[in-house]
Amino acid sequence: MVNFKPTDEQELVRETMAGFAREVLRSAAREADEKGAVPEDVVNRGWELGLVQSGIPEQFGGYGDARSAITGALLLEELGYGDAAITLELLAPRLVTIPLALLGTDAQRAQWLPRFAGDHYVAAAAAFSEPRWDFDPTALTTRAERQGGDWVITGTKCLVPLADRADVILVYASTPNGMGAFLVERGAGGLKVGEREMNMGIKALATYPVALEGVRVPAASRLGGDDTSVAPLVDASRVAVAALATGIARAAFDYARDYAKERRAFGVAIGQKQAIAFKLADMAIEIDAMRLLTWEAAWKLDRGEPATRECYLAKDYASRAALSVADNALQVLGGHGYIRDHLVELLLRNARGLATFDGLAIV
Amino acid sequence: MIDFELSDETKTARAMVHAVAEQAMRPIAREYDEKEHEKPWDFLRMMWQVSSGNPIGGGERKPRDERPERNLGMCVSIEELSWGDAGLYLSIPNAGLGGAAVAAAGTPEQKDRFLARFKGGDPKWAAMAITEPGCGSDSSAIQTTAVRDGDHWVLNGTKIFCTSGLMAAEKSDGFVVVWATLDRSAGRAGIKAFVVEAGTPGMYVTKVENKLGIRASDTATIVFEDCRVPLDNILGSPEVPKTSEGFKGVMATFDATRPIVAASAIGVGRAALDFVKDTLKEHSIEIRYGLPPHRLTVLERDVMDMEAQLQAARLLTWRAAWMMDNGLRNNLEASMAKAKAGLVVTQITQKAVELLGPLGYSRQLLLEKWMRDAKINDIFEGTQQINQMIVARRILGYSSRELS
Repeated sequence: MVNFKPTDEQELVRETMAGFAREVLRSAAREADEKGAVPEDVVNRGWELGLVQSGIPEQFGGYGDARSAITGALLLEELGYGDAAITLELLAPRLVTIPLALLGTDAQRAQWLPRFAGDHYVAAAAAFSEPRWDFDPTALTTRAERQGGDWVITGTKCLVPLADRADVILVYASTPNGMGAFLVERGAGGLKVGEREMNMGIKALATYPVALEGVRVPAASRLGGDDTSVAPLVDASRVAVAALATGIARAAFDYARDYAKERRAFGVAIGQKQAIAFKLADMAIEIDAMRLLTWEAAWKLDRGEPATRECYLAKDYASRAALSVADNALQVLGGHGYIRDHLVELLLRNARGLATFDGLAIV
Repeated sequence: MIDFELSDETKTARAMVHAVAEQAMRPIAREYDEKEHEKPWDFLRMMWQVSSGNPIGGGERKPRDERPERNLGMCVSIEELSWGDAGLYLSIPNAGLGGAAVAAAGTPEQKDRFLARFKGGDPKWAAMAITEPGCGSDSSAIQTTAVRDGDHWVLNGTKIFCTSGLMAAEKSDGFVVVWATLDRSAGRAGIKAFVVEAGTPGMYVTKVENKLGIRASDTATIVFEDCRVPLDNILGSPEVPKTSEGFKGVMATFDATRPIVAASAIGVGRAALDFVKDTLKEHSIEIRYGLPPHRLTVLERDVMDMEAQLQAARLLTWRAAWMMDNGLRNNLEASMAKAKAGLVVTQITQKAVELLGPLGYSRQLLLEKWMRDAKINDIFEGTQQINQMIVARRILGYSSRELS
């Protein structure tokens, strides 16, 4: 039966994340963006919250929460509301732990998961995007070839978060039998991490180009084994982006709404003018639309049904709507929106950046 | 727990209604668009037989109020009917908007007196008369007057754009719910709703509009000239209060009807989108979900946008209906759904006509008709802008005085 109410447990997750986003993420957002770094104590507080451990099975030291893309979407909207860039750093280990939990072999889980359920935060990363204008997530140019008992990976990646410090990078590549993902350990031969990237937004998160020059990994490094399709991870990534985009849009909306009630012009608050009020109404409608499309896509994923269409449409809709909502929020603030004293320009930059990310299988 | 799976009961009803839409509505859709003021009596009688005492959207297994997906199920069924044909759907004999007002604001005695007739006998309609030549969205500016004279209220004024007004006032044993003011100086607080039985002396249908679309449904001008109705035909209290709470109560009717209008809009949009997709399929053109923008054709891009927009509107509508089913106030969400649905189906149907080129524009197909039919959803039951206004007031916390 149709139901729009999250479970009590999910509500609890949402409230906890909302509080954390408000108190920790939002207050750190501006400085982290300017400095291009997430403060260590924020990383630690995220770790203490169990953001990574929750998705790791108990036998490997985690909390063993059952995977739910809907719960993930609820969590990401709240964290994205606080700050999307910091969120991506706090959740970077999930780029590896969630794919392992979903598709990993027993041996792979046993080998890799315990190190992300220890006493402190350990960075991990995924390498998906490639630095090409015609980048195509369905036809990666990075290739993995089987040579004897090994896979040999060749290609160039970009937007790899924390590549300089990641313990392991999950590298997505074309293989003779579809797209695969490979667990590549730090310091692997031929793995070259370039200079930190300079991007428009998501600046708090350090991202890097990564060159794979014939990186050789054992056959057992292919996620889930040789016949595993990683399509579910691509779908999960889309849900994650859509949920974060919803959070960013809501943050921009809230900021603009509060401003519209404060700022006065022609003797009244500008929110009392239809030109502003109707813009805000449209933004509110779009945010709810984004959220519902995201929930529906996540729900399909959780049921194990083919969900590519729903996930793709939700991401496409949400990432564009987030940009539009952030842009409109900036417009409500007029000249002030363009000034870095206000949060909305950061949200606009982050909304655009998020739409560029792929391979964020963190729900 | 979040769930998007309709109940089996709703799905069964949907399948039944879809069969009606496909087999009884589609074949006559073009004909009654062209004929405009003629009624498809065979269809109307059949729908009356099917639905009187057994409303569309539900079986007889449980009383309507006990069905957990009552409002949602209604929306799902109305999407199907409007997929069949929106004009025909609007012309189906039932208690309609007039009945909704009685159900929302009437006493138990009034509900019994006015609504029992929809359970059998000949087909009947009930209409709502709010809009006047000089006021539409601003219903507080109503000029039609109601004056007490002994045991009666005496109504004077002119109402326009009454959906099914002709059928309710003259062509069946139905009724018209008329909004009139007891005291113009009291503004909204003075506005009350009165039930006028079909055939009451002093009530005349003077015009049936020629319209862009939904032509199978009649849209009437009704004139009231010293029209006398019994005292107990007023809905709610005859007192003129200091506040406009009573008026707000009547406006709350719209919280229930807006999701239904949104659902109807979605049915029209889906008809157009389905047609486009079926046409592409016939020509072996696939929509490739998952590709990056530079590999998509413009056609794929357009179809995907139409699909996502329609689904967004549908989910907003389902949520507003689900809230009603769960006793939650949905004033904001109902207006959100209506604003979104009215807009996107207008755009979707226009795009569908565009994509099919000369065929889209041709009256051989129904696409051009769906484009004409869709537009009404951006207008009636509160225009796009009125719904934006309601949403804006709610999200900003403004009264109607602070934001107008």
